[in-house]
Amino acid sequence: MFTVLRNELIAPRLHRILVLAPRIATARQAGQFVMVRASEGEERIPLTIGDADSAQGTITLFVQAIGAGTQKIVSLQPGSSLQDVAGPLGMPTEIETWGRVVCVGGGVGTAVLYPMAKALAAAGNSVTTIIGGRTKSLIILADELAEFCQAVRITTDDGSAGTKGFVTSELKSLIEAPDSRPSTVFAVGPVPMMRAVTELTRSYAIPTVVSLNPIMIDGTGMCGGCRVQIGGEAKFACVDGPEFDGHLVDFEGLAKRLRMYEKHEEACRLSGN
Amino acid sequence: MPTTLSSKQRLSIQRIQMPTQDAQPRSRNFKEVNLGLSQAAAIAEAQRCLLCRGRNCVAGCPVGVSIPEFIGALAEGDIPAAADILQQDNALPAVCGRVCPQETQCEAKCLRGIKGEPVAIGYLERFVADWSLTHSADLTSPVLRPASGKRVAVVGCGPSGLTLAGELVGKGHEITIFEALHDTGGVLRYGIPEFRLPKEIIDVEVERLVARGVKIECNVIIGKTLTLAELQQEFDAVYLGNGAGLPVLLDIPGENLSGVYAANEYLTRVNLMGAGQRADCATPIIQGKRVAVIGGGNTAMDCVRIARRLGADSAMIVYRREEDQMPARVEEIHHAQEEGVEFVMLAAPLEVVGDENDWVAALRCQKMVLGEADESGRRRPVALAGETFLLETDVVINALGTRANPLLTATAPELKLNQWGNILANEDGSTTLPGVFAGGDIVRGGATVILAMGDGKRAAASIDAYLQGLPSRLQKTG
Repeated sequence: MFTVLRNELIAPRLHRILVLAPRIATARQAGQFVMVRASEGEERIPLTIGDADSAQGTITLFVQAIGAGTQKIVSLQPGSSLQDVAGPLGMPTEIETWGRVVCVGGGVGTAVLYPMAKALAAAGNSVTTIIGGRTKSLIILADELAEFCQAVRITTDDGSAGTKGFVTSELKSLIEAPDSRPSTVFAVGPVPMMRAVTELTRSYAIPTVVSLNPIMIDGTGMCGGCRVQIGGEAKFACVDGPEFDGHLVDFEGLAKRLRMYEKHEEACRLSGN
Repeated sequence: MPTTLSSKQRLSIQRIQMPTQDAQPRSRNFKEVNLGLSQAAAIAEAQRCLLCRGRNCVAGCPVGVSIPEFIGALAEGDIPAAADILQQDNALPAVCGRVCPQETQCEAKCLRGIKGEPVAIGYLERFVADWSLTHSADLTSPVLRPASGKRVAVVGCGPSGLTLAGELVGKGHEITIFEALHDTGGVLRYGIPEFRLPKEIIDVEVERLVARGVKIECNVIIGKTLTLAELQQEFDAVYLGNGAGLPVLLDIPGENLSGVYAANEYLTRVNLMGAGQRADCATPIIQGKRVAVIGGGNTAMDCVRIARRLGADSAMIVYRREEDQMPARVEEIHHAQEEGVEFVMLAAPLEVVGDENDWVAALRCQKMVLGEADESGRRRPVALAGETFLLETDVVINALGTRANPLLTATAPELKLNQWGNILANEDGSTTLPGVFAGGDIVRGGATVILAMGDGKRAAASIDAYLQGLPSRLQKTG
């Protein structure tokens, strides 16, 4: 059992949860995830490790309540426990000192981006982060990112915060200004957003890393459910990823596979499960 | 009770048939298919054993169960004695009595099989093991060696690790099993369906080991949560039984369409997570109406029989050779046939064809014929030029097999692997690292539960010798 120490709502349906998991806190590197079950009978849910404190033995999870399993997780009060937390899984972010990097986060993807950006900054990179969302309330972690980023730029579809528009136009302006052109881009968010970012950076030949979130069952290199096509080759997000060269990802295939259980999820929402 | 029977009397007894659930209802439920023998039937079957001096059956058993002894006790009606013998030799007898391929192992060597039908050793093992599960108070507690003060880490709570743990805990060593998943049993739980091996059986067998002092820690992935190097520091010996890994892919167009599963995913959803078995299960599964399973092994049979139970009108095995060449157990094939599974033989999949929404619509197959025999002695399937056909289907399951799991070995570069990523181990389980032993699928590639258990048993003897500073009793062959 893994004790929940803190649980706060930081945006609509998005919780930041502090969990006691000493082994994972020690072993974890940026970019890795855990498989979590709130209680017996629930789904195994992959969640990025947002942060870790090995001295305290804690990890931070950002959880968006979208389905039955995540709903159970966010409903846990401090002092109660998660039944299962297994990890850290996946390959860590390849952290190098590239110089100037831009991190692009869309919606809850910003939570996945956060530990990557933090590790990149800690390695001496100059990090500019662009956060995008539909509306102001869905812009998350701006203050936290500002602590170690050179700049945090915000875009919203409705203009309720930052610049009205998409992250790609903001990214384009950074790329086109000679003194802010990044040598590498990191992007995490919904599939169409990551796809748009990689299309843009491809035309400028800027290496771009994306973090994928395909369907996963065990997350430990067994079931093969998380297979994605990378440069025409099947890779498994749980052992080979979750981060890949964005210019090689078959986003269309990924988007299709992510829709496989749409009907089931819809049924769950309707029945209140 | 009859104490002594003449050989003639023994020879006159016919082999017992395993009572089963009727095929029609069982093809729609997950309850166990084989119902087990009554006490009278089991004793009568045990009396068929001639207690011959050859004891070839024991040589045929990967864990070397004292078969004539336990059957002899059972034939005398002394079930507690039979149970004592069995529990000494086999850490998981109720599992083996259900899933072992006895027909190619102990029973294949039975003297009675030469002129007729071998003694139903597997059924008898199951009978005695099941009796033990409900009569633990009547069993003699195994004599334990005094605590050695030595600690052994076991990676993987599957059949190999559990067997090894059972052996070593009895020798006084302190055992901790690390399991990557949230529950025990490994492939016994995520791989083998309820109707062949009820989860309750795994639970009781695991509880028995825990009661004897084996510690089990779930949610610990060696290679990720802890490294092999950390285990080596903290423990006196380490056993790697972390099993098979990612699926071998079909590598044909359409493999990523919605509705295409690798067997491990399909089985894990249903067996480990309970998808399709409980109405309130959180984990979804696509319940196809026409399901095609590619492959001819036990995993393929498990998948196709699950598909029937999840409501498929048509559940098909698609295999590139012929039925009698399928590696699955004869009993599984027979049960599948009874349950209405269709066998599409001499068919090799070429492409999964999708509909307008990118869901599976059909499997395009190449017709095959059998040509010359290959190295394994099986006739090689050869494509019949120009002969392809479409099999209408809405779910496709790939049961071609698995590769080695890379999680542990990727973080232990000192450990020597073969070209497929499996750990190189000697006959006694020793690896290229001193104090580190390995067995089961991580060494063999995809094999059987009982071979994994045999590895665990042999490695336990080696580890016991190693911990006492004695030379291994088994000749190194690697």
